[in-house]
Amino acid sequence: MARRWKLLGKLFLSTLELSAFTFGGGYVIVSLMKKTFVDKFHWIENDEMLDLVAIAETAPGSIAISGAIVVGYKLAGLPGMFITVVATAIPPLVTISLIALGYEAVSDNELVKRLLLGMQAGVAAVIFAVVWDLARKYVKKRDAAAILVMSLAFVAAYVFHVNVIYVVLACIGVGLVHALRLMRSEKS
Amino acid sequence: MMYWDIFFCFLKIGAFSFGGGYAALPLIQGEVVGNYGWLSMREFTDLVTISQMTPGSIAVNAATFVGTRLAGLPGAVIATAGCVLPACFIVTLVAKLYLKYRDMTLLAGVFDVLRPAVVALIAVSGADILMSALWNHEAILALKDVNLRLAGIFVFSLFLLLKFRMNPILVMLLAGVIEAGAYLLE
Repeated sequence: MARRWKLLGKLFLSTLELSAFTFGGGYVIVSLMKKTFVDKFHWIENDEMLDLVAIAETAPGSIAISGAIVVGYKLAGLPGMFITVVATAIPPLVTISLIALGYEAVSDNELVKRLLLGMQAGVAAVIFAVVWDLARKYVKKRDAAAILVMSLAFVAAYVFHVNVIYVVLACIGVGLVHALRLMRSEKS
Repeated sequence: MMYWDIFFCFLKIGAFSFGGGYAALPLIQGEVVGNYGWLSMREFTDLVTISQMTPGSIAVNAATFVGTRLAGLPGAVIATAGCVLPACFIVTLVAKLYLKYRDMTLLAGVFDVLRPAVVALIAVSGADILMSALWNHEAILALKDVNLRLAGIFVFSLFLLLKFRMNPILVMLLAGVIEAGAYLLE
């Protein structure tokens, strides 16, 4: 019982910290979660983390919230889910409430602007570091199919601005065909 | 009645904003500016700018912003709750099924294809953020207009992360401090 509370406490505090730094949208928190829960705490496997993000993508709503929900649920069931959602919602709740009071003072301050601009470059680096870790695995294994899927998905979403949900649905379709072929070869 | 309106409006946004992030913008705008008239277009544009500078996703930020404006802190909490509730149900359900059936060949096969796509989608968000930082939100990406200092900060951050496995939050803060320091020295 005590161990469970300790896990929930650690989950709450680390999610709160990650959420406070998700400048620039949902995938930042996904990258930070991978760094914390996979690389640092070893609570989740690499592939499993990607599966969880894919699950988060299939649901409506922001990826930050869905990502927190799925990680919280996987680690500690419904209480875990509840705790990560609350922890993810608190930082924007605090900052936006404060900013709603005095938005011009912040947005017109050149020093604040430049600080945030620099952080944006840092955020991009964090995301690319995570992508590098993940993509390198496929390149090392010379997994041609995975590299093809990765390239096509990138081009579709980045160059042609295809909505993420269609990319995910297309992959589920291809995945089903792939799975049915696997099952047939298992049988024979 | 007000609380109910706020809750229901953001419940709708939470339930139908597939694809996340900026894909949700037209829906939020349609509801908050068009349907309910809670924000003017100008205020909505400000909200998008604020969302880019602060932590949290655009939908949750919009919920907090509108909720605070209309009904203070209780309004913000109710709006946020409405916004996250649909995802709570759907994601938990899918996660439950995944954890139970993931060893089945069918599900494993589907995730074989989904995993590399997820890596690509993470890369897309990184590329978007990098481009907007290096070209300062400009639409035309001419190589001569690139902000070399920010490009340098990006490469340096990447080096700290990959080579020294430095804490990512520290790296982000350091990147911000370098750029702010450069401004002070100008």
